[in-house]
Amino acid sequence: MDPALSAVRLTVQEAIHTLSSSEDVGHILSTLGTLKRYLGGTEDPALPEKEEFTTIHFSAILRCLVSKLSPGWLELSPDGQLEQLWESFFLDGPPDQAFLVLMEAIESTAGPSFRLMKMARLLEIFLSKGRVAALMEEQCRPQTKPSFPLFQETLLSKVVGLPDRLGNSLQQDNLTQFLPQNYFPLLGQEVVEVLKAVVNFLQGGLDCSVSFVSRVLGKVCIQGRKKEILGVLVPQLTVLTQDSCLWQRVCWRLVEQVPDRAVEAVLTGLVEAAPRPEVLSRLLGNLVVKNKKAQFVMTRKLLFLQYQHTTPMLQSLLGYLAVDSQRRPLLIQVLKELLETWGNSSAVRHAPLEQQCYISKAILVCLAHLGEPELQDIQDELLASMMAGVKCRLDSSLPPVRRLGMIVAEVISSRIHPEGPPLKFQYEDDEMSREMLALATPGPAGACSSETGGPSLASVVTETPVETPEKTVDSDVPSVQPQGSDSELDSDDEFIPYDMSGDKELKSSKEPRYIRDCLEALTTSEDMERWEAALNVLEGLVYRSPEATREVSVELAKVLLHLEEKTCMAEFEQLRQRALVAVTVTDPEQVAKYLTTQFYGLNYSLRQRMDILDVLVLAAQALSRPRSLQRLSQHGPPGSGTLCAPALASSQPGNAATPDWQVVVEERIKSKTRRFSKGCPRRELTGGPNEFNSVAGYFFFPLLQHFDRPLVTFDLLGDDQLVLGRLAHTLASLMYLAVNTTVAVPMGKALLEFVWALRFHVDTYVRRGLLSAVSSVLLSVPTERLLGDLPDELLEARSWLADVAEKDVDEDCRELAMRALLLLERLRDKLLSISSP
Amino acid sequence: MAAPFPPPPGPRFVLRGTQSPVNTLHFCPASQALGNPLLFSGSQSGLVHIWSLQTRRTVAALNGHKGQGVTWLKTLPQGHQLLSQGRDLRLCLWDLAEGRNTIMDTVQLDSVGFCKSSVLARGQLCWMLAVPGKGSDETNSSPRPLLLAGYEDGSVTLWDILERKVCSRIACHEEPVMGLDFDSQKAKGVSGSAGKVLAVWSLDGQQSLQVYKTHELTNPGIAEVTIRPDHKILATAGWDHRIRVFHWRTMKPLAVLAFHSASVYCVAFATDGLLAAGSKDQRISIWSLYPCS
Repeated sequence: MDPALSAVRLTVQEAIHTLSSSEDVGHILSTLGTLKRYLGGTEDPALPEKEEFTTIHFSAILRCLVSKLSPGWLELSPDGQLEQLWESFFLDGPPDQAFLVLMEAIESTAGPSFRLMKMARLLEIFLSKGRVAALMEEQCRPQTKPSFPLFQETLLSKVVGLPDRLGNSLQQDNLTQFLPQNYFPLLGQEVVEVLKAVVNFLQGGLDCSVSFVSRVLGKVCIQGRKKEILGVLVPQLTVLTQDSCLWQRVCWRLVEQVPDRAVEAVLTGLVEAAPRPEVLSRLLGNLVVKNKKAQFVMTRKLLFLQYQHTTPMLQSLLGYLAVDSQRRPLLIQVLKELLETWGNSSAVRHAPLEQQCYISKAILVCLAHLGEPELQDIQDELLASMMAGVKCRLDSSLPPVRRLGMIVAEVISSRIHPEGPPLKFQYEDDEMSREMLALATPGPAGACSSETGGPSLASVVTETPVETPEKTVDSDVPSVQPQGSDSELDSDDEFIPYDMSGDKELKSSKEPRYIRDCLEALTTSEDMERWEAALNVLEGLVYRSPEATREVSVELAKVLLHLEEKTCMAEFEQLRQRALVAVTVTDPEQVAKYLTTQFYGLNYSLRQRMDILDVLVLAAQALSRPRSLQRLSQHGPPGSGTLCAPALASSQPGNAATPDWQVVVEERIKSKTRRFSKGCPRRELTGGPNEFNSVAGYFFFPLLQHFDRPLVTFDLLGDDQLVLGRLAHTLASLMYLAVNTTVAVPMGKALLEFVWALRFHVDTYVRRGLLSAVSSVLLSVPTERLLGDLPDELLEARSWLADVAEKDVDEDCRELAMRALLLLERLRDKLLSISSP
Repeated sequence: MAAPFPPPPGPRFVLRGTQSPVNTLHFCPASQALGNPLLFSGSQSGLVHIWSLQTRRTVAALNGHKGQGVTWLKTLPQGHQLLSQGRDLRLCLWDLAEGRNTIMDTVQLDSVGFCKSSVLARGQLCWMLAVPGKGSDETNSSPRPLLLAGYEDGSVTLWDILERKVCSRIACHEEPVMGLDFDSQKAKGVSGSAGKVLAVWSLDGQQSLQVYKTHELTNPGIAEVTIRPDHKILATAGWDHRIRVFHWRTMKPLAVLAFHSASVYCVAFATDGLLAAGSKDQRISIWSLYPCS
């Protein structure tokens, strides 16, 4: 054995003995000083004694030092020299061993105590002095020892798990530096320092491995702290990699070395944190091409299996694929797969709206990145998937889904056939559609970096969105300008114009005065002005002459139902609907019977069937309202709406004056009258019979009878699910309006059966209707009858609702189910409060 | 757009009792009426009603046109004398002084059209009367007497009366001109026709007429156009039952007054800004809009 090495061992043994037994300060200090010599940086680093000491004996010394730690021992030297020396062993010695001993000691020390706090403080200093960077740097050097992997594993788990471990040991007394939100940014900073050191080594021609750092990064990201660590790391790397190839290579290596199971976490974090596609490209290199796992994460998992990510993230991810020519085939592949999913009818039906939106956005971003020639190559596939997708989207009963289909189809077709006539749908502009169209336009950064045909691509896509505003501006200009110039000259401020909205064209001469005239005008008249006038006055006439209406009610309903828009009338649909509602309200029994049988009639369009449902609901609403609208609208001018009855009364100055006058008189009487009763005078609500009571059955039951019997032209359970959805909503409304009527109980029972039969319907809109139907049953049927007559149905409904509230893909469905469940809960509470006293 | 504008006001009061459509209206200037403002109305039944605006009742009814409609009324500058034109082809001069209601003089006319007469006052006791012949409509003028006339072919013509020749003629309407009024301060006039267009024309120094601006209305048919004496606003009587008020200088629409239930035949302004409108529904509505400053 080397005598120098055995001398070291001897010294160490003596020192440990002295430390554990001696009370003499001078002795202890001199012993520690001797040991310190082995650590000191002044001597030749290759000294074998030092090597021996640091690898074999250092931990033992540290453990001994830890065991001696107590207030009394430290106070042996009053000037703090001992304490200083004690600390320096931990801070100057090999960081890995010092760290491990510290962590071990902290974990093994029980409860709040002086020693625990002392060591926690020491660890804090250890962290703040950048010793963790030194520790990791140490691990980056080539190592040869056999036990090394195991040691590294321990070190890794302690470095990453530090906040948890410290939190467990210190409990309430934890220091802020050890909280995860502070520790992980610090760790990120330390990683940057390590990488800087590694780059220095590499420049100096030394061999290095960043695998330990990669493992640290991977582990932190798996633990869900990717925001904290990458938030510090990515911005600095963005700057550092900008001009240096070496830095880029170090980064690529860093990401490549991340263990497989952490790849997803790290990549997601990086894509989220990277501000631009170019940055992502600098950080990742061609990782997606080299690493299967990374490819899976980037091209499938982030796009198809998750949909919570933000649009900027999508843009940097797909932009990253587009930046390099080696990765471009992947982008095309991704686009094909995205479109395939987009066009899959089952996906359209079962995927939640948010996911469909996400995929649509991804498609638009892809399209913005791809150039003309690349798209031409895959034109056929794109077209096929697009057609399939548009078809099943336009079939959907949810407007947002339909709109998604229209937007994506417009953009795709404009990219595939830039010269051909543009495909143009009519949809309402909203925030989502504007955002999506903006995505389809490549930004300046994207256009510069894409290699093929940047300018041509930009010009093609910008054409569509820019065109529309120009047109509207053009058409506005001539009409606005003369007025504008006039009002500038006009200095007479005193002439404020009155409201002139009532200035409509006059057709008084043609107005029919009687119901039968109207009927005749609508059926046989060739005179379009008379026809329009008849439709305009019909509603008013019906309300003014209920007797005459009843004589021809069914005939009138038939005419209105089949009425087609012959001229370009401004409010044809509303007028026809209001007239139909008026007829139904005037003669509910006959007309409702007629309409409900026609709903299942043979030769009607879907539009007419849905009109029937709308009319039934509106009429039921008018009937069930406490104050009959009929009386109100009798004063009104013909042709004005039922639903705006209050506004209508005020539009006629003569009528409006009377209530004002009455109010004034009543106010005066009130002010002069003394009341001896208690409390403030309450306004009396005028009560009236619910007119819907006697006729609710005619509205409701016939609609339920034939829904499961398909006709040649009408198949509710098949393709016509939109109407089924409307039917469900209508039934729900009718049920709700039938509150306080005697027929509510059988109605509720029938409706629950209807719901039960359709509860697993695939269409979201239908399910929403069914869920609101359940809610309205719970609201309308009296509690005691509900529990007395329908207990089984309620139990079944309850389990179904719970299931929907938990698992349904549609957010609205889940919410509706939750509401129904809450109503059920309330019902139970009510029952308990009734039965308990 | 509609929200900031207040709803149009109702009439200040309504005069009923003519028992017949009101063809023409004329305010008697307060100075002539001795502090008791009067309104004359001529009805289709041939009666001229004199209304007191204080009591809102008829003061008298003049029957001088044999049951044929009265188409035009005008008091003469010296007061107490009223000119009335009727469909019985007579123009009557009435003496109203001291409660008398007698016809002092009549002129036989040969026109059965709508055309109204016009009076040019040149002094206390000297006035010039233009009566329609086979042609069409009215009015007035400058140092040398000029007459503006609207014709059934839709044109407005400026006549020099002394030389008896046409100074200028513009075809500004496609339908017969039903009424016109002229603002001599601004040298601009306005005419309304049976069509949808209201035309504003101007008279330049060379005494030639030029169409200045046209304004499209919602419904066709203007029975009369009147500019308020202070030249600030003008009102039209519409066959669509509505009275329309415009800013005279800019022709900006200010109000659409929908009160009458049949065609409005005439509008008249009092010097204090009061607006009267007579209609086929036998009512006369009195409005107070944009008070004179």
